[in-house]
Amino acid sequence: MSDEILKVENLDVHFRSSASIVKAVNGVNISLKKKETLGIVGESGSGKSVTATALMRLLPKGIGSIPNGKITFNGKDILSLSDKEMRDVRGNDIAMIFQDPMTSLNPVFTVGDQIEEAVRTHQQISKKEAKLKAIEMLKVVGIPEPEKRVKMYPHEFSGGMRQRVMIAIALSCNPKLLIADEPTTALDVTVQAQILELMKSLQEKNDTSIIMITHDLGVVWEMCDKVIVMYAGNTVESGKVKTIYDNPLHPYTWGLLESQITKNTLNGNKLPAIPGSPPDLRNPIRGCNFADRCPYAKEICKTTKPEPIEVEEGHIVSCHFQTKSNRLERKELVYIE
Amino acid sequence: MGKYILKRLVDLLPTIFVVAIIVFVITRLIPGDPAAVMLGPQASVEDIQELRDDLGLNEPLHTQFFQYIGDLAQGDFGVSLTYNQPVISLIMDRFPNTLILAISALVIALLIGIPAGIISASKQNSVMDYTVMVISLIGVSIPIFWLGVMLVLYFSVNLGWFPATGMGTMDEGFITYIKHLVLPSITLATIPMATFARITRSSMLEVISQDYIKTARAKGLKEFFVIGKHAFKNALTPILTVLGMQVSALLGGAVLTETIFSWPGMGRLIVDAIDKRDFVVVQGTVLFIAIIFVLVNLLIDVLYKIVNPRVNYSSGKGGAGK
Repeated sequence: MSDEILKVENLDVHFRSSASIVKAVNGVNISLKKKETLGIVGESGSGKSVTATALMRLLPKGIGSIPNGKITFNGKDILSLSDKEMRDVRGNDIAMIFQDPMTSLNPVFTVGDQIEEAVRTHQQISKKEAKLKAIEMLKVVGIPEPEKRVKMYPHEFSGGMRQRVMIAIALSCNPKLLIADEPTTALDVTVQAQILELMKSLQEKNDTSIIMITHDLGVVWEMCDKVIVMYAGNTVESGKVKTIYDNPLHPYTWGLLESQITKNTLNGNKLPAIPGSPPDLRNPIRGCNFADRCPYAKEICKTTKPEPIEVEEGHIVSCHFQTKSNRLERKELVYIE
Repeated sequence: MGKYILKRLVDLLPTIFVVAIIVFVITRLIPGDPAAVMLGPQASVEDIQELRDDLGLNEPLHTQFFQYIGDLAQGDFGVSLTYNQPVISLIMDRFPNTLILAISALVIALLIGIPAGIISASKQNSVMDYTVMVISLIGVSIPIFWLGVMLVLYFSVNLGWFPATGMGTMDEGFITYIKHLVLPSITLATIPMATFARITRSSMLEVISQDYIKTARAKGLKEFFVIGKHAFKNALTPILTVLGMQVSALLGGAVLTETIFSWPGMGRLIVDAIDKRDFVVVQGTVLFIAIIFVLVNLLIDVLYKIVNPRVNYSSGKGGAGK
């Protein structure tokens, strides 16, 4: 596949704490083409953000490590780049925006400074040109009066406007890949839609690939071509968005889908939830990570790790009971008191 | 900003007035009669009374006070009882000496303390970090008079590198002048240096974990700029607060350091004046230091605004809000 921009194979990420090793991500695989959008979903602590941070090689020094795996970006082996080469990739080829726009802009520099800095880090242009570029980028992300706004500080912007500024910074060097780590979680619903719309239109224009990390399945259906469902550091299910929407197979994916607010919940019924909490990743887990919370778990789930199986084209599931020949029967919803 | 500074300067007047009252009352509370001290143990009671009359010490306190305030309002700090010189000229003789010592101590403290704190924070829990922290702990706890004496003992007496006491003059040459400055500056710099290192470290540690630092790294910036530009500017506010306190303390005259090194500065002027019950000089110098103190505070408040654009002066009664 010539237009494959990012390929991640068997990525493991470990964190060293004082007493133990936390295996935060185990064997994640990603394949992303030009202009494609990949969603990574899962609950807090499932390894979504860690995976993204690992792609940028921004794991905390001395604490986070990548013991196994291969990341190929645009033909380059990311994990073998020198620090300097990696800095050239960051912000230039791969850019990132974060969850909370209120805290991800530096409060003591003007937004203009912060955009200019991103540009000037990677391009040999004069201060004046950089300033014009900053104004242009603010215009691109739909900030009114960019000539005036460029001299203002982040605290003079609203949350949605700040996220637009973050997008302006991220896209200022025309990156090939944009990693958006829950870009709309901290925003009002109406603003969320605007930001997603903006990302989509800029993606169209610049042929950017996007990795969208979220726990909002609505965002995934809206934005993504492919999706990876993560649970406790593992990929439990992945495939095309349409396939997974129409035919989800992993019990955890079912749980996620059922935990959404629907008409049923609005009519006064309780919101279903997956009982229990994710396993402690400091302890070794022999079987399936989801076994303790899975209503369908049998003996084998506690003893043997399920291998990923391609049940139909591009649709991969890691469950002992969801194979080509075998299917689980979906049970009633579980309500939590 | 200009309006704010003007307003703050006007606000200073009541502060200084209150300080003047307190200083006046306290100096009258110092036990011992200046007239008796001036005339010595052999003086007769009549002589002492006569001198007290001359000095106006027999006037009722409130008369003395209004006299004092009236003079102050005209910029008159009074005439020293022991030196027979206007207090202001005594201060102006000594203050430049204190200033030069304070500035060199401050430069040493800032140039070593702040980088040490930054390195310590960016390499948290490393050997480097522990070393800086242990040294700075020693620095804030070491008794200045002991350190000063030890430095003199080693560098002046044993090695003979620097003079043990006194302040050089430019006439003796620049090198001699600097040589006189070295030991007192190092002695005086120790506490501020250690304090800067500790506050810089803790302030930087707080900032380094912020999201915008991750943003800066994600832009592909060199770690030097991430720490030195993005993190440091945010960490500056608490450092400025400490800087203000240290500068005020240094400009007030370093009594211990000036005494050890026979440095002719403000600190020694005050100590001598107290010794001789020269309350006019005590009043004048303390008031002068109080004025320096409030001016330094004002300067720091203005710096807050420059460092941190979120500081808003338009509301409330001055001071740095967040």
